[in-house]
Amino acid sequence: MPSISRDEVAHLARLARLAVTDDELDLFAGQLDVILQSVATVGDIATADIPPTSHAVPLTNVFREDVVRPSLGQQQALAGAPAAEDGRFRVPRILGEQA
Amino acid sequence: MNELIRSTAAELAAKIASREVSAVEVAQAHLDRIGEVDGAVHAFLHVDTEGALRAARAVDDDVAAGRAVGPLAGVPLALKDVLTARGMPTTCGSKLLEGWQPPYDATVTRRLREAGIVILGKTNMDEFAMGSSTENSAFGPTRNPWDLDRIPGGSGGGSSASLAAFEAPLAIGTDTGGSIRQPGAVTGTVGVKPTYGGVSRYGLVAFSSSLDQAGPCARTVLDAALLHEVIAGHDPLDSTSIDAPVPPVVAAAREGATGDLTGVRVGVVTQFSGDGYQPGVLRSFEAAVAQLKQLGAEIVEVSCPSFDYALPAYYLIAPSEASSNLARFDSMRYGIRVGDDGTRSAEEVMSLTREAGFGAEVKRRIMIGTYALSSGYYDAYYGSAQKVRTLITRDFERAFGEVDVLVSPTTPTTAFRIGERTDDPIAMYKADLCTIPANLAGTPAMSVPSGLSDEDGLPVGLQVMAPALQEHRMYRVAAAYEAARGQVIADVPALAGAR
Repeated sequence: MPSISRDEVAHLARLARLAVTDDELDLFAGQLDVILQSVATVGDIATADIPPTSHAVPLTNVFREDVVRPSLGQQQALAGAPAAEDGRFRVPRILGEQA
Repeated sequence: MNELIRSTAAELAAKIASREVSAVEVAQAHLDRIGEVDGAVHAFLHVDTEGALRAARAVDDDVAAGRAVGPLAGVPLALKDVLTARGMPTTCGSKLLEGWQPPYDATVTRRLREAGIVILGKTNMDEFAMGSSTENSAFGPTRNPWDLDRIPGGSGGGSSASLAAFEAPLAIGTDTGGSIRQPGAVTGTVGVKPTYGGVSRYGLVAFSSSLDQAGPCARTVLDAALLHEVIAGHDPLDSTSIDAPVPPVVAAAREGATGDLTGVRVGVVTQFSGDGYQPGVLRSFEAAVAQLKQLGAEIVEVSCPSFDYALPAYYLIAPSEASSNLARFDSMRYGIRVGDDGTRSAEEVMSLTREAGFGAEVKRRIMIGTYALSSGYYDAYYGSAQKVRTLITRDFERAFGEVDVLVSPTTPTTAFRIGERTDDPIAMYKADLCTIPANLAGTPAMSVPSGLSDEDGLPVGLQVMAPALQEHRMYRVAAAYEAARGQVIADVPALAGAR
């Protein structure tokens, strides 16, 4: 298995929306490398003929009755929001200036 | 008061129902105990004194009015801070959710309330249930009541420590890779991971959705069984909830307590021994197996070769699911928000918030999961781990074709020292070596105290595993074993006021 570089860890952090610090990059690069080397051993016994299991208890097409039931009101839904305005979640801009 | 906090849940419920003692007195005794020792133990993140007393008064009113109450009505309980409960914060041990008040009750919480169980508060845990020591809590570690310099296990260290410290007779934990059973083992208490889908996950903040399972924690097998029957059962709000009758675990615990295991076939998993296992743990386990044999059980050695790959498979599957699940903590709808100064984009605020709100272990796992799921690596990592999951399930099926239950030590070692493994993730992960296979296969498993290790005097757990929806088998065996060896917790930790 290829080892994981500091740059790759920085890329992963960007993908995962984690603004990690330089110190963390140093720490995590070493640790992630050790962890990934260690877990790569799954490849030793996972041969092509074995089907994957995504879920221990196979259930498909689970539906419940389509009936109206109580749900959270607007106030309750917004009660834990970091910022709210006019009965909606207030968020930072999601589009760039040029968009 | 001392007598009340040392009572079992079954004893307390009987006394409350017969008005020998009031639910308010019982709740107050436990609240007093929390006030007395939790400064040292730190099992609780939040204590809801008012809510607990109000719930207790409601039970007393019902009893006084002659209304029928449930088998655990009025008994206090400690709830792991990963399950939502209205009127209390839910933090999951994370700064990111500090102070968040959920707008709804988890199904488990609702069932507890309907049963008249008195919720004392929320217990400490590794952040988002990721860890084996409770040291990953953003709010400081919980300490093991048997030795305050040692970890109480994790992620549910707060729940198990609250039992061992006699702050609560019942607790709820969640178990993704051992987070109920491993804390149970190292604190000398009972912890049960039910069959996946046996207890609703609605309102359980998701870590690894295909593995997470809530379950009962107690000081006796019967108490765990009573609590199991309160929280288990089908829930339409959880699409992975199993629509089948709850296994008769209370009857099994009572039957087991008679001490006869004639005709029961017990499999000893040969993979769970050797290097990395503390000799005192293995000696305790061998003594437990001898005890089961003496009770009439037939002992068979069983080989489950793929169990050797359970740990690496778990540390791919769980982080992968976590990396996806924790994407919801985006600082937009709940939780803290950092860096929103009017100039930054949503994406920048998201990244700054997650950086400030998540601890190191959560970040590590999110990145491992992101890596394992990325194109080019998916087949080698996540795909292979899912194949190992198939092999582990097959090993269990083969084993349960030969035996009724499987047994092993719950953990390779007794409680380690606080700080001992924090810089070494792999060493920390190994605490879950024996507990993980049952999560990957979705089968039930429990830990019951098997005495103290002869080299360090710390608690050891015996793990009993059963096939899916056959919980009654393991409760019967665990109850028989408990009755024969006597309660370990009677030896009590050296906490002020505990003796």
